[in-house]
Amino acid sequence: MSEVTLKINDKEVKAKEGTTLLQAARSVGIDIPTLCYHEKLAPYGACRLCMVEIARGKRTRLVTSCVYLVEDGLTVQTESEKVIKIRKMLLEFMLARAPGVKTLQDYARRYGVTRTRFEVEPSFCILCGLCVRYCAEVKKANAIGFISKGTERQVMFFPDIANEECPKCGECFSICPTGVLPSNYAIARVPHFKWPSMAWLTKQP
Amino acid sequence: MPRLNSAADLEKLRQKILAKSDGKKRVVSVTNGTDGRTRHSQDIVKNFIDEIKKQGLTGKVIVKSTGCHGFCEKEPTALILPEGICYVSLKPEDVPEIVSETLVGGRIVERLLYEDPTTKQKIAKESEIPFYKYQSQALLGNNRFIDPRSIEDYIALGGYDALAKALFKLTPEEVLEEIKKANLRGRAGGGFPVGRKWETTRNAPGNTKYIIVNAHEGEPGAFKDRTLFEGNPHLVLEGLIIGAYTIGAHQGYIYVRHDAPVLIDNITTALTQAKEYGLLGENILGSGFNFNVEVHRDIGIFVSGESSALMAAIEGAVPEPRPKYIHTSVSGIRESPSNLNNVETWANVPLIINRGAKWFTGIGTEESKGTKLVSLAGNVRNTGIVEVPMGTTLKKLIYDIGGGVRDGKKLKGVHVGGPLGGCVPEGLLDLRLDFDELAKAGTPIGAGSMIVMDEDNCMVDAARYFLNFSTEESCGKCVPCREGIYQMLKILNRICEGKGTTGDIELLEEIGGVLQDASLCALGQTVVNPVLCTIKYFRDEYKAHIEEKRCPAGVCF
Repeated sequence: MSEVTLKINDKEVKAKEGTTLLQAARSVGIDIPTLCYHEKLAPYGACRLCMVEIARGKRTRLVTSCVYLVEDGLTVQTESEKVIKIRKMLLEFMLARAPGVKTLQDYARRYGVTRTRFEVEPSFCILCGLCVRYCAEVKKANAIGFISKGTERQVMFFPDIANEECPKCGECFSICPTGVLPSNYAIARVPHFKWPSMAWLTKQP
Repeated sequence: MPRLNSAADLEKLRQKILAKSDGKKRVVSVTNGTDGRTRHSQDIVKNFIDEIKKQGLTGKVIVKSTGCHGFCEKEPTALILPEGICYVSLKPEDVPEIVSETLVGGRIVERLLYEDPTTKQKIAKESEIPFYKYQSQALLGNNRFIDPRSIEDYIALGGYDALAKALFKLTPEEVLEEIKKANLRGRAGGGFPVGRKWETTRNAPGNTKYIIVNAHEGEPGAFKDRTLFEGNPHLVLEGLIIGAYTIGAHQGYIYVRHDAPVLIDNITTALTQAKEYGLLGENILGSGFNFNVEVHRDIGIFVSGESSALMAAIEGAVPEPRPKYIHTSVSGIRESPSNLNNVETWANVPLIINRGAKWFTGIGTEESKGTKLVSLAGNVRNTGIVEVPMGTTLKKLIYDIGGGVRDGKKLKGVHVGGPLGGCVPEGLLDLRLDFDELAKAGTPIGAGSMIVMDEDNCMVDAARYFLNFSTEESCGKCVPCREGIYQMLKILNRICEGKGTTGDIELLEEIGGVLQDASLCALGQTVVNPVLCTIKYFRDEYKAHIEEKRCPAGVCF
């Protein structure tokens, strides 16, 4: 694979073709904040914290650095004014959902977000989907998934699979940035009892 | 049904159908689509058939159960051909009178005619009803002559001629050239040039290519694709097959809403009939070209109409958009090049091939060519599907065709493009129907829906309505869209309850800006349009809510 040269924050960076902007930046020690990124998982592009501003000639564009691939001659700004404005707002959104999370608080400090302007209504989960994707992509177990849609979206263990798979694994607990998973898992354990057979209902005389 | 093995076979079949139908016979064309059926149109069709038998007209009159002709407001309607007499707002019990008076006696039933609301004059001829008079129905016009469940009706009107022309007289390159010359732009909202899109998929590496009809029209106030597809399914299908030939695809999909039973039924019937005639499937018309089509139903979420989400759904995955810096026209379904166009776009293709790019470019504005379907709804006298040349002013649409605002109220604005569009205030009604002109005004044409708002509509409440729709129709994958919509809706609710505070408008604008920049897909990026646009044009109304705790339209609190 051939190598390309690009500029990230005025620093010349060489990267292999096919690597993402995020990987290229991190390889030279430029830190871009992420929440839904994990090197073992396919890029997801949902937390939007890793957005950066790219330029080719005079045209600039905001892209997700965990998905966008390096290009020769590209100029990248990881901390431009627009980017910071977006990150601040996203952090405010998430702090209203999961106020006590350390990663969020660290990022908030980094970007000078002292408080969220939105009413705090904790759901404790930021829906980064690390657990869901780890379970599906790495463990191939699908014991946890998203339910519902839009603003009602939630993460949930599926009791039937979770009771089979999770006792021997539990790896998602450690990658969850909010630490809400164990209690989620506990909820899934509660309804675990064997339903009486309903075969008599359909039995033919 | 005999299989057609050449263009000559198709022509022979057409002559046979025309000879059998005998142009002198009278036709009663009853609208029996989704809208009509909610008002007993099925009984009306049945009554016509029974009554014609009873009054001894068997063999002299043909009853045709058709899709919607456009004038949804007055459905069910019956059009008597060849005279062109149109009876509106029919009830099943009106049928015997129409048969005895008009079909037997040759007299007109006055009470069932359309009455002009301003002049109180009765109008007998359909073509003279103002709603139809100012339209030019290139796509929709044939709906009244076609039973959507009869491929013969479509063939009799010259159907599949364009396909035969493309297959036997033109190379794929020539078809592409014609579409490019016609400057056909996608009717789904973005207005992307269709020719360029086709070319990308055609030239993309890979042997397997897919093409898709996006019939997932899900926003409130939009129903033009359903009407067109339901009433004339073969027109869209013909366009699709021509597209497949041009792009080199052998598998097509029709992505349709699960809750459109009549439409799904008409599509499946059309596919079966086309297959039986050899117009679809293996060796189409004996040309050696193979193409199959599958119908795919959605699971009931608006965002699944977004291209990458739609393709995920077809793959069998959860319909969530993915960040794409490689277009789906290069890497779509199962990472193969996939070309997606919506119903109205495909329907334009046979017309362009038949009549030529010159005809097409003769209609419309400099950059937006052809006609455009618009779903006209809201507080306007005549609601329905309107087809007008691009470049028609909104004023003409609302006043000449729509008949003005209902109940003599004062017009406030017209909301264009549904939950992803914006509201054009009364003062800007000279804007023309044009992709770029409307987008520039902050009210992209979107799915072509227009909802007329009068003085009794509160614009804050309207913005809240659209945002509320979006809370359930976003997938919830990315943070800005999911949380942003939620927080914006909370602010709007607050304002509408009279609890708005200073700074709320600015906060809405700030959140809106972030959503436009940071959302993953087009839904999140445009979902804020109704809010930002109403703030732009109706800021005073927001201010009245917040500062004076007063709703000027008297809707809120």
